[in-house]
Amino acid sequence: MSLAICCHQLFKTYASKPPVEAVRGIDLEVGQGECFGVLGPNGAGKTTTIEILEGLLAPTSGDVQLLGMRWQDHPDAIRQKIGISLQETQFSDKLTVLETLTLFRSFYKHGIDPRAAIAQVSLEEKADTWVKRLSGGQRQRLAVATALVGDPELLFLDEPTTGLDPQSRRQLWDVVRDFRRQGRTVLLTTHYMEEAERLCDKIAIVDHGKVIAMGTPRGLIAGLGGDHVVEFTLEATAAAPPPLDLWRGLPSVTSCLCEEGWYRLSVVQPHIVIPAVLDQLERLGLRLASLSTRHASLDDVFVRLTGHALESREEREV
Amino acid sequence: MSQSLEPVRTPRSHPLVQLILARLREFCREPSAIFWVYVFPLIMVVTLGVAFRNQSAEKYEVAVVSSKRADEVRAALADDARFKSRITDQEESRQLLRVGKVDVVIRVPDSALGECEYSYDPSRPGSVLARDAADDLLQRRAGRRDAFPATNREVSEPGGRYIDFLVPGLLGMGLMGGGMWGVGFAIVDMRMRKLLKRYLATPMRRGHFLAGIMLSRLAFTLPEVLVLLVCARLWFGVEIHGSLVTTCLLIMLGAFQFAGIGLLVASRAETLETVSGLMNLVMLPMWIASGIFFSVERFPPLVQPAIQCLPLTPLIEALRRVILEGAGLGSIGLQLATIVAWGTVTFVLALRWFRWN
Repeated sequence: MSLAICCHQLFKTYASKPPVEAVRGIDLEVGQGECFGVLGPNGAGKTTTIEILEGLLAPTSGDVQLLGMRWQDHPDAIRQKIGISLQETQFSDKLTVLETLTLFRSFYKHGIDPRAAIAQVSLEEKADTWVKRLSGGQRQRLAVATALVGDPELLFLDEPTTGLDPQSRRQLWDVVRDFRRQGRTVLLTTHYMEEAERLCDKIAIVDHGKVIAMGTPRGLIAGLGGDHVVEFTLEATAAAPPPLDLWRGLPSVTSCLCEEGWYRLSVVQPHIVIPAVLDQLERLGLRLASLSTRHASLDDVFVRLTGHALESREEREV
Repeated sequence: MSQSLEPVRTPRSHPLVQLILARLREFCREPSAIFWVYVFPLIMVVTLGVAFRNQSAEKYEVAVVSSKRADEVRAALADDARFKSRITDQEESRQLLRVGKVDVVIRVPDSALGECEYSYDPSRPGSVLARDAADDLLQRRAGRRDAFPATNREVSEPGGRYIDFLVPGLLGMGLMGGGMWGVGFAIVDMRMRKLLKRYLATPMRRGHFLAGIMLSRLAFTLPEVLVLLVCARLWFGVEIHGSLVTTCLLIMLGAFQFAGIGLLVASRAETLETVSGLMNLVMLPMWIASGIFFSVERFPPLVQPAIQCLPLTPLIEALRRVILEGAGLGSIGLQLATIVAWGTVTFVLALRWFRWN
């Protein structure tokens, strides 16, 4: 499989006081036809990384190749073949959707009819509406349409669904899936676990400017050692909380973390772990405040790797 | 996706055409922009034209200090249409003169008309004229004769009035403001929206983008200038004595020059506040010194070279020569060269320094 994106030892340090090391040695290899997700919390270096790949930022050091070409050698050829949606672009308020796309289409040698791009993101009814009158989800789909109108081989989407309602989010996922079905490559950043799990073939988890794990969503979750997660909290007591080793020692538990009073056990078989947990609490005279069990997700992978959650709880419940 | 590839490229699908079209559409859909560009200069012309209209010489305001013979003086003044007089006491007359409500105060003793005393302000031309006119009138009344007969011919022709002087100045001012604000604000607005960065990520040519901004500016300028010239013609009879082609060429070059300067001023600014401040800083010296409202020659010779180098000075100078004196291209060569140099140099520098993200 030939590589659509290949970057090696990417570094980016912003000259400020003190200097900010946004990217500290990232290697990525994305095969043609893959949907690759860069996952990480805000400030992890995702946007810096993607903007270096897009040719909008120069790296402090490191090597980038897109579709076998380097930015310094073939900037125009690369731009002809990639489509980009930035994190937040406000297109001109007083142009219509069709006018905006016709403008973007004019920049490319080859591309698709602006109306076809509108159809791909299902904005037909809004073709003659001013950008000002579009909802957040529609604007985001317009942004993706401006990326599609040049008929790209490679699509970059920087947090395409941040701040969107669940329905708009699903609509965008469909657009990405359609694009992939034609054998083309997508690189997207997100801090939504669910998005990465559902959409991506391969994921790089980024934190503090470094890739801390890479693999398929299934593979990363399997790496936890257990498919399930048991979470519980305890009622407040004066007694000292039990040591984590107590839970780690239980049968079928592969790991244990405690964060802000939440105990999180990675387990293989929940039906063995839960009675054992209840027995231990009974013995210690502690009482449960809550208990739940679920399938392990990428979020658990992230917590396991970094010791803190990727999304705050409120965000996850949205 | 590839089944709907566009086979033919029409001139309309050229990026430069599309960029200009986009700017024109945005402009036409912005009512407040239309107001500022077209209505504002008109209000300026009308207001200033009315304020500085060529009045038939104003009446002299005279205060006569009350005395036994005051009525006699007043009756003499009333016979002459140039005077408007009133009788006041000593204290009030001094007050009126001080605040400029009367031009001259006449005090005449009870005894004889022949010993008038005029109080006036020598620093006010109106006051001096009023004193001399009143004195002349009263002296003649008392029997003075002219040494020889003289005739007067009053001359006030279109071309020499203040409004004629003003219209080319306002034209230049409009070109400056329109170019700078129109280009500068549009650029900074797009930069704040991250639209410039988005364009940078496409194969769009940067020169196309900047040229599109400048050319669309020229397209807005033409109707703006026409409105001003037509209204000045209809309301005040301001005529263009030179060739219309030369005038249009000058206007286009002026618009080009200020679009370039606007581009340069906005090339790195990241907020509207910054760009407004910079614009005002750049325009202020020209508002004052480039001869919009009064002649550049009022400034001392020492600063003349600096004033002549300002971009607005040669533009207004050339506009006045063409519009008022009917000068041809040949005699405004120096001004044209200065204008073209400003436009070209600023465009090139802007292209080099422009911050896209």
